[in-house]
Amino acid sequence: MPSRSPLLDERAIARTLARMAVEIVERCQGTEGLLLVGIQRRGVELADRIGRLIEASEGVQVPRGKLDITLYRDDLQTVGVGPVVGETSLPGSLDGRTVVIVDDVLHTGRTIRAALDEFADFGRPKRVLLCVLIDRGGRELPIQPDIAGQTVRVGPGERVDVFVSELDGRDAVELARVS
Amino acid sequence: MSVDAAALALGKDLIGLETLSAAQLQFILDTAEPFKEVSERAIKKVPALRGKTIVNLFFEASTRTRISFEFAEKRLSADTVNVATQGSSVSKGETLVDTARNLEAMRIDMVVIRHGSSGAAKFLGDRIASNVINAGDGKHEHPTQGLLDLLTLRDKFGRIAGLKVAICGDILHSRVARSNIWGLTKLGAEVAVCGPPSLLPRDIEELGVTILPRIEDAIAWADALNVLRLQLERMQSGFIPSLREYNRVFGVTRDRLARAPKDLVILHPGPMNRGVEIDSDVADGEHSVILPQVTNGVAVRMAVLYLLAGGTGAVAAAARGEAA
Repeated sequence: MPSRSPLLDERAIARTLARMAVEIVERCQGTEGLLLVGIQRRGVELADRIGRLIEASEGVQVPRGKLDITLYRDDLQTVGVGPVVGETSLPGSLDGRTVVIVDDVLHTGRTIRAALDEFADFGRPKRVLLCVLIDRGGRELPIQPDIAGQTVRVGPGERVDVFVSELDGRDAVELARVS
Repeated sequence: MSVDAAALALGKDLIGLETLSAAQLQFILDTAEPFKEVSERAIKKVPALRGKTIVNLFFEASTRTRISFEFAEKRLSADTVNVATQGSSVSKGETLVDTARNLEAMRIDMVVIRHGSSGAAKFLGDRIASNVINAGDGKHEHPTQGLLDLLTLRDKFGRIAGLKVAICGDILHSRVARSNIWGLTKLGAEVAVCGPPSLLPRDIEELGVTILPRIEDAIAWADALNVLRLQLERMQSGFIPSLREYNRVFGVTRDRLARAPKDLVILHPGPMNRGVEIDSDVADGEHSVILPQVTNGVAVRMAVLYLLAGGTGAVAAAARGEAA
């Protein structure tokens, strides 16, 4: 069993998401054409929570989408097909929209590379922003977040786990030592 | 991903549903779900099989299955080549294995094969390194048809377990019937077959199905009817007296369905002989899922291609927990 130490508890996650919601509206100068797209799996829940926060403060509907990037992974030829493909649902065309990608952890950047490729097959967004709860470093591609909830230094053999109550029964961010 | 990822692996080939476990069948159906959405996109293409070369090797006539496989392959970005036996070296007497080895020498990754002889797909799979998918071999199996029927039933009823499905018509010559029987019984459905005694295989009950001799009995019993095509050449070979006679005794007609205690879902693998095994108003009626079957066929085939292309490396990776 990996040993774990807590990084964020439920209240800290709530505060962080609230700050990210404000930052999104600021960066986009409002909510016009805004679309929040959660990356399967936990990004979907985080996008939904941020969406509700923006709706509460701005009094507007914020459309949400889900994106599964499995079929766009760059390592399918080498690791082969492992993970189950999740649901992708994007409302209408992305043409002219401001798309905010929401994910739980940003690590190598390869997931985001795949997401950008997949967006290209759905239209031409006016602008794409990247918003992550945790930036853990370790990038393998030139991709950086526009909005990061927390930045965490992660050593070798360590991993960041995000738990959300909708899927895991509790809200928490933990640092796990795998080896 | 966990330890049971290994138990879900399909192996190198998909030959039939007989050898698959209930968990594997369920896994293929679950994998097919997200692929439905890909075909609804404006750009109906994902890069999952980019760089893979697939040969569709059809030794028997087929329109629906071949086109469905070709769409599935193209929507996954694979490169495809269609080989029909007419106009190829097969008509010059080349053997199946020689044909496949020559294709392999051109560095292909997968073969989808339709062949008139039962066992042809396994025979090929045992002799070449590429993945082999059976698109129908003789009277043996047509696994992707079985899977798309399962998916369509699951869409309609929300489950397979406990469903009563009657397969009607020429069971004797039907690989679709066999794949359906294996798939349905493994997932917990009750299966009955109904047709003229001359078109029922001996010992069919050993597969765990009931025989219902009259179409009226099947209609009264079932939640869904899978109406098989009556292969017209069977009449010439004396299995049935005439097509009119067959329609009169075994045809699925609106009048017969009207007497059923509940609305039956109607499946047909196509191509239909309207007015023989199924009447037009039933085939085009509100309870027919014949066209959704065709739509699901592409999704199921995409799922199978995707899962087989992953190969054993996938399972190993999944077992190690390298999900994301």
